[in-house]
Amino acid sequence: MDSKLMKDVLTAGLLRENPTIRLLLGMCPSLAVTTMAQNGIGMGIAATFVLIGSNVAISMVRNIVPDKVRIPVFITIIAGFVTVVQLLMAAFLPDLNRALGIYIPLIVVNCIILARAEMFACKNGPLLSLLDAVGMGAGFTIALIIIGSIREFLGSGTWMGLVLTKDLFTPAAIMILPPGGFLVMGFLIAAVNKISLVRTGRLAVAAQAGLCGGCGDAENCAGCGSGNNAAGLPSGNTAAGLPSGNKAAGLPSGNKAAGCGSDINPGKRGAK
Amino acid sequence: MKELLTILVGALFIENFVLSKFLGICPFLGVSKKRETALGMSGAVVFVMALAGAATWMVNAWLLVPLHLEYLQTLAFILLIAALVQFVETVLKKVAPPLYRSLGIYLPLITTNCAVLGSALIHVERGYTLLQAVVYGFAAGLGFTMALVLFSGIREKLETCDIPESFKGMPISLIAAALVSVAFFGFAGLVLPG
Repeated sequence: MDSKLMKDVLTAGLLRENPTIRLLLGMCPSLAVTTMAQNGIGMGIAATFVLIGSNVAISMVRNIVPDKVRIPVFITIIAGFVTVVQLLMAAFLPDLNRALGIYIPLIVVNCIILARAEMFACKNGPLLSLLDAVGMGAGFTIALIIIGSIREFLGSGTWMGLVLTKDLFTPAAIMILPPGGFLVMGFLIAAVNKISLVRTGRLAVAAQAGLCGGCGDAENCAGCGSGNNAAGLPSGNTAAGLPSGNKAAGLPSGNKAAGCGSDINPGKRGAK
Repeated sequence: MKELLTILVGALFIENFVLSKFLGICPFLGVSKKRETALGMSGAVVFVMALAGAATWMVNAWLLVPLHLEYLQTLAFILLIAALVQFVETVLKKVAPPLYRSLGIYLPLITTNCAVLGSALIHVERGYTLLQAVVYGFAAGLGFTMALVLFSGIREKLETCDIPESFKGMPISLIAAALVSVAFFGFAGLVLPG
């Protein structure tokens, strides 16, 4: 395994395929807990921990688990790690635990984690999966810190609890309220788009926005679609029949049911 | 009765799942492009959320709590929801084919909808009774529906607007969602009895 590949895998999540800003995965926590930069860090680290654990575990069992039941197995593994995080947080970081509330157990349904399991961990060895998890987790954490910092600065005039804008301006409380989350996220993606437009003449994000019928993102859709296999029913490609999802992914229907071995990587597509 | 009404109005307007709790954002942004798909998706969500409210309540109160296994809540709930979604799909296919045809394609997507797991976790946290849990799931689903349908109307209008290149698609949708969310903030002033 050459070091260039490893470096590539590690850095993919940071910017090129940043899960939050470029692939629009895991939107719920990125909007909900980012009222403060600190919460963003906490959520990011918790999700990274789960991601590392599940990626490594899944890549180790990937050859044992039959294709048909892989999604329930993945979800069980992920839920196991989430429970570990939940208990650790309740024991050692009670304040953060209270601030993040139900969004900690909701890491289970965070699309990033299932998406990485489907896209990466079940096709690659433990070492690469570990690197992928670290990179993706870091990308998620960084995105949360950025959103959290902007919202905290504008909304309460502080950063990491430090008062920055004592006499500068009156903080706009709306930024730490729900509308602010949507607003900051919208402008952030627009900014990324602008930069990408200037540099490459292509939109980074909007091209895929809302194309997938299911979840706003093709990669996400693959995760959802295979959720269909959850109880081992044969109708694995129902989700692929979605009116817009399928067109968005540009895949022949049923591809999503094709399983681990198939080379679907919307992540790469989204990033180019 | 009054209590149930409070839960209903609360979940619909004051703490709307999508616009103030940020649960179910993925489908909210994903399927809100057309009103028809928005209606289909949210119909399935209301149905599953009400059922999930009852199922998770029963598993929690009759299985996890007596056995002191509360720490398995997350694991138990997500598997329960996944199984429930499959169950609903199979039953609908057999019993009501027309309904299945209109809701069926949205059902598999619901397993990973965080609104369902979210509502289950919240009703446990608040210690609702079985009936309250069902009403809460139903109301939260209705809130989701309302947000989705309102938003799809806005997005249909956005289609024909002249939007700056870098705002096209997701950014402008998010900003529109922010404005809808501001509007819903007005409901926060509602004071409920109880």
